This record gives sequence, structure tokens and C-alpha cells, in this order.
Amino acid sequence: MLTAQWLYGISACLILALGLRATLLHTSLLRRIIAINIMGTGVFMMLVIIAYRGPDAVPDPVPHALVLTGIVVAVSATALALALLRRLNTEKADD
Amino acid sequence: MIDLFSSIFMLSGIIFFLAGSIGLLRLPDLYSRLHALTKADNLGLGLLLVGLALHMQQPLFALKLLLIWLAVLAAGSASAHLIAQHARRQEADQ
Amino acid sequence: MNIISLYLVDILLVISLLSLAWASLTTADARRSVILFMAFGLVLALVWARLLAPDVALAEAAIGAGLSGALLLAAIGEQPGSSINVNTDHSEDVQDSNRSVVVTWTITGLCAALAIILAWTLLQTFDNVNNKATAQAVSENLTDSGVSNPVTAVLLNFRAYDTLLELAVLLSAVLGIFSLGGIRSPYQLAGPVFDGLARWLVPVLMLTAGYLLWVGAHAPGGAFQAGATLAAAAVVLRLAGHHNIGLPQGKSLHIIMTIGVGLFLLVGLSMLALGRSFLDYPPALAGTLILVIETAAMISIAATLVLAFLGGRPQMQKHKPC
Repeated sequence: MLTAQWLYGISACLILALGLRATLLHTSLLRRIIAINIMGTGVFMMLVIIAYRGPDAVPDPVPHALVLTGIVVAVSATALALALLRRLNTEKADD
Repeated sequence: MIDLFSSIFMLSGIIFFLAGSIGLLRLPDLYSRLHALTKADNLGLGLLLVGLALHMQQPLFALKLLLIWLAVLAAGSASAHLIAQHARRQEADQ
Repeated sequence: MNIISLYLVDILLVISLLSLAWASLTTADARRSVILFMAFGLVLALVWARLLAPDVALAEAAIGAGLSGALLLAAIGEQPGSSINVNTDHSEDVQDSNRSVVVTWTITGLCAALAIILAWTLLQTFDNVNNKATAQAVSENLTDSGVSNPVTAVLLNFRAYDTLLELAVLLSAVLGIFSLGGIRSPYQLAGPVFDGLARWLVPVLMLTAGYLLWVGAHAPGGAFQAGATLAAAAVVLRLAGHHNIGLPQGKSLHIIMTIGVGLFLLVGLSMLALGRSFLDYPPALAGTLILVIETAAMISIAATLVLAFLGGRPQMQKHKPC
């Protein structure tokens, strides 16, 4: 097991846990959206580190494709969540 | 020999980046911070890219790096101008 | 010497990543959190490049840091009481003061336990002998796929069905955004500096998008990175105060939004008509088909990402002199 895998693997799990903790503890919806994005980043890092084969070898392309798909889906989910947030604020302001 | 020059350029680029970051942290005012950051970072990037171009020794590569530097220069200066303009307007409103 | 400098780079990257994530999640001010999140996205692009994932790095820099950051900043800007002076601005409290310390520490402890269990499981999988299977399958069939970039081959040929569904997910997100409200308020017309920057930046971005689309067949690049660059060009136009950012109205807008999914489905179904399976390209035509699909996908991705930033359907504007 390469040192890079060990280092980045542990930091990926840490980032996931940090994001999850912030999602559960924040009260503001916008902060929660940011925290969920950071959780997603932790997952992507886990996928890419599984694909890594060393500084001289060609990495496995299948997890890279999964992460590319994941990034696009994450941004579209974030956009929808922000539109929901905007509508929620409008409804709250009208009360 | 070329490698020595390349290292000197890259190192001085890094020193300019360091100076810009220290200016960001230590200077008192928004405008002086913008000034330090923009100028030092642009010059630092230029020196870094010269060092990189010397290291790679391909003319097409050096051309691409020059274009990148020009793009970062324009975008950085425009952003600094916009931030300073916005801050000025806010001060005038208060 | 090379290995030691690589270790140093790794340690610096991991420390920056973790501290940026921690700072973004625990700072009191919402705007500071968004800016730190954008910085986190950029350092993440560096990490992807170091882990030999250049396609992912391109996509992360364009979509993850760029467009996500623009969306979050637009959301922050709409909140009441926004100003550039953040010194006295406390928009939200980070944590509800009513929540007891016990609950906070329980959640922290459970998340830490989750991190430890996940890390232990992940580290077990690295030495697994079966890890080589997918990489081997891809490298054996790469010459039949029509492209020489393995990630593009996986995305557009071997796992084309996933990409089709991903385009559908993008489309559904934009339809949801349409149903939730109108377009965001437009920006005022830009001054000479920003306008001048936009005037040359937008054509360069469009050219770069076309290049990324073409080069995706044999080098890092592809439809997603190209679509995101096009969307960034449109966002720059919008920020410079141009209402009409090139998106048509009515039916033409619907066509542009759906051409990605539509053309993909058409190609897949015509494979059925040819007697092959769904989305099973013949090796002779594979390269051309992938290019056609990627072009349509790039247009759709760009349009949907811009519409997500706009927040709604573009209005009919009276003709404004440029």
C-alpha cells in the first residue's frame, strides 16, 4: 500500500466526517448545502484514491468516470437546493 | 546551467508570492492589501512561469504559459479594480 | 530526492485541504464560508492533478470551484443585509445556542467513529487482488472504443448509459429550478474595465470549450469540461450586465436544453434498429458517434448550467443596444 493512498484515504474519511458533522449541527440551510458538498468531496476523494496505482502507473479510469459524473450531479443538486432555499426565503419574507 | 536559471526564477517567483501573502495578512487597509496582492502575485506568477518554460525547453509550451500569464494578469487586475470600486462606493454611501 | 519532495507536496496539500474544510465549516460568517469553499475547490483540483486524474481536475476547477462558487455567491448576495464589510456582520450563528453540549459532543463522537471505521475499511481494500479487473477490461477494449482517452471511452462508450442518465438528471434539476420561481434580478451594466475584460474573455472561453471538446478523444478533456467552460462564458456575460446572453426563447430554448439527452437516445435507439444492443456502437463508427454525442451533450450541459445560475426562464427583453 502506497503512502499516498494511506495519507489521502484517511483525509478523505476525515473530510466526509467533517461534512457530516456540519450538516447535522448547522442551523442555516445555506451552511448545510455547503457541508453536503464537502461530504460529496470526501466521497470523490475516496473513489480517486482507489483508482490510484502509483506515480508511474496508469490509474484506473472507471472511478475517474464515476467522479466526473458525481461532480456534475453534485452541482445540479446544489443548484436545485439553492433554488429551493431562495423560494423558501421568499415565502418566509411574505409572511 | 539552464536548470540553475530555471530554479532561480521559480524561487524568486515563490518569494514574491510569499511577499504578497504576508501583505494580505499584515497590511491595515483593503486598498493596500489589494495593491500588494495583485502586484506581487502577478509578478510572482510571471517569474514562476519563466522558470517553468526554461525547465521544459519547448517553444510551444512557453507560448501557452505566456498566454496563461496574460489571462491571469487581465482577470486579476479587473477583479482588483472591481473590488476597490465597490469598496469606494460603499464608503461614499456611509 | 524525488520521493521526498512528493511526500512534502502530499503533506502540504492534505494540510491545506483539511484546514480549508474545517475553516469553511466552522467560521461564523456565511460569506466567508462560501469563499473558503471556493478556495477548497481549487486546492482540490490540485489534489486531483497530483493523483493523476487530469480529467477530474479540469472538471473540478470548472464546475466544482467555478460554477458552484458562482451559484453560492449569487445565493449569498440575495440574502438581506449583504455588504462587503464582514467585520460586524454576523448573518447566522454557527450553532443553535439552545442545543445542549451533550448533543453536540455525541454527534461529534459518532462522526469521528464513522471516520475511523470508513478509514479502516478503505485501507483494507487497497491490497485487494481484484482491484485490477476494471482497469484491465478497459485497457483491453480501448482500441475498439473509438477514442484513445480511457476516461472518455468509459464515459461515452463502455458506461454510456450512466452518462445518458446523468444528462437526464441535469435536465430534471433545471426543470425543478424553473418550477420554483422566476429568474434572478439582472446585474447593472458593467464599467469599462469589466466590460473590456468580458469582450475578449468570452470568445477565448468559447474557443477553449471547442478545443476541450475536440481534444477529449485523445487527451484529458471532453464534453463536461467543455460545457462548463461555455457556461462560465455565459455567466461572465450575465455578470457584465448583458441581459440577453445568447439563450433563445420558447421552443428553441427547449430544443437546446434537451438536445443532449435527445441525441444520445436517438443514437442508442438507432443501434437497436441496426440489430445491436442499446448504445452498442459498431467499432468503425464509434469515434464519429462519440464526437456527435459529445457535441450535443456540451450544448445541453452549458445551457442547463447557465439556466441553473440564472434561476429561471430568461425573459423577453426589449432590444438593448450593445
